[in-house]
Amino acid sequence: MTALTRSFRRKLKRPDRATAAADASIEGAPAAASAPPEQAPVEIGPNDPLLAYFQSASEAVDIDALELDSPALRELKAAGVRLAVPLVSQGELIGVLNLGPRLSEQDYSSDDRKLLDNLAAQAAPALRVGQLVREQEAEAVTRQRFESELEVARLIQQNFLPKELPEMPGWQVAAYYRPAREVGGDFYDVIPLPDGRVGFVVGDVTDKGVPAALVMSATRSLLRASAQRLIEPGEVLGRVNDQLCPDMPKAMFVTCLYGVLDRDSGLLRFANAGHDVPYVKTAHGVDELRARGMPLGLMPGMEYEEKEATLAPGDSVLLHSDGIVESHDPERDMFGFPRLKDTVARASGEESLIDRVLTELAAFTGPDAAQEDDITMVTLQRSAGAGVAGAQNGRVLAELSLSSEPGNERGAIDEVERAVADLGLPRPRLERLKTAVGEATMNAMEHGNEYRLDRPVLIRVLHSRNRLSVRVTDRGEARELERPESPDLEAKLDGRQKPRGWGLFLIEKMVDEAHETSEEDGHTLELVLRLEGDGHDGP
Amino acid sequence: MTVHELEVSVRKEGGGAVVALAGELNASAAEALDAAYAEAIAGGAGHVVLDFERADYINSTGIALIVGLLAQARAQALEVRARGLSDHYREIFEITRLSDFMTIEGKEHA
Repeated sequence: MTALTRSFRRKLKRPDRATAAADASIEGAPAAASAPPEQAPVEIGPNDPLLAYFQSASEAVDIDALELDSPALRELKAAGVRLAVPLVSQGELIGVLNLGPRLSEQDYSSDDRKLLDNLAAQAAPALRVGQLVREQEAEAVTRQRFESELEVARLIQQNFLPKELPEMPGWQVAAYYRPAREVGGDFYDVIPLPDGRVGFVVGDVTDKGVPAALVMSATRSLLRASAQRLIEPGEVLGRVNDQLCPDMPKAMFVTCLYGVLDRDSGLLRFANAGHDVPYVKTAHGVDELRARGMPLGLMPGMEYEEKEATLAPGDSVLLHSDGIVESHDPERDMFGFPRLKDTVARASGEESLIDRVLTELAAFTGPDAAQEDDITMVTLQRSAGAGVAGAQNGRVLAELSLSSEPGNERGAIDEVERAVADLGLPRPRLERLKTAVGEATMNAMEHGNEYRLDRPVLIRVLHSRNRLSVRVTDRGEARELERPESPDLEAKLDGRQKPRGWGLFLIEKMVDEAHETSEEDGHTLELVLRLEGDGHDGP
Repeated sequence: MTVHELEVSVRKEGGGAVVALAGELNASAAEALDAAYAEAIAGGAGHVVLDFERADYINSTGIALIVGLLAQARAQALEVRARGLSDHYREIFEITRLSDFMTIEGKEHA
């Protein structure tokens, strides 16, 4: 009997090379006393005429008798191969049995050859099945690695997206992030900043998978750090760019929009590092928030243009990534910026902007479309005057912001008086409320904001069926109402108490309820008048 | 917002001095009030009448100024009266018990 070659190799997925590499290891006949040493397989190149010869050969080939200008043939001859039995399955050479000289030193008989041919006819398909199984196993391993890489990328990404969005009185912030199967480099962030400002980020790292996710996490951390210190959006992007540049992998960069919102004034200052332009929906239409700047990570020392827009009550902003505009419909048309802008323009107040865009996008791509890229949106809406606080707190009659300057409490008093004019409060009630508002505002400006001009006092007047509430919010730390001792006029006249210290005493006497609440970003004193029907003049 | 300075004028009335306050009685009024009081007692007034008829705004700091003035007057055994208070400020003078230490002149005061 003859020995089979020990291994077969076949290049995968390269039909152009049609490489049927055959092993040329030769072992002697079964009776071999001493088999020749194992030899390296002989590769048959794709242009080697031996390949075509073997492929079309219908039986065992006498190597010695073969005359071809073939490197592989020369190798086979040099290796002492006498007989080659091509293993052909479905017209493709998948291996060769190479046999050395018979140990008996006789030539291979026709029986030998018949046996070998039969063997080849059965071995070839079996070998092919074996090869296919191996290919599939190899593919499965690759796929598994790919999947686990995707998982890692997803994990990194999800870890670095905000777990929750900050509550912002008077504003609605929403975010949407849906990664494509092969996770892209999208990210967004909402960064609470000092003095009631909030930073908004939407960005996109070129490339996908783990590398993109790592660059994304680095960018996000740098942005967070710079945002706290620098505030000005152009400076922040400039700094992050300089920090990213040295370590940026080749051919990668980050597009990023960064905006800083002053919640009280609605002023949004922004800079853009080559990211998709956000849209603002106003009462008059849709504006684009354009500012010039190169993507991050390409070149150090870049400057980023800084622009600003003021968001009026009812206005909303859509920050987005290119996953939306670059989605395709079944005819391979792109969703595109004009369609997105149009979608924003037609959005009504009843449905969230994010839902509106998603609905429009789904209608465009069709139901079975695979998502091509990450889709990210952050929306920021300034509440329209009415309905901000919901049914619980009733109607908003006024919302105003005052800078902390001595005397500005008069402005607060006048505004509140105007706001409640339609309620027909009895004169004494109104006067008491005005005094309480004045005192609360003074308190907020002095104790909460320390008369700092960058710290405004926010005043909201809310009206429900049986309550009128005025909320005075400053940017101060959580604190107890300053009530060192209740004012005692005699003690004051005798000099045992300071003449001052009437403010909170008065407030509590002037209104039906006074509540204070401290939150992370401010301290609120709420003044309440209970309204028990028309014309009622409380206690 | 501009701070309206308190305008103060002092005139004699019988044996006393009338200090008429016009505008806002707040922190910025301290100097004017001090000066007016000094002028009033310099004229040898037997009592001082604070006329709030044209004082359209009195805040807690203004109250504190009045307390300070009252303490000074008490030390000098000088009577202080209040005149022309609106119902609202009269209520505040009562709540703060200022009305216990000064005579509140004017209509229908109980």
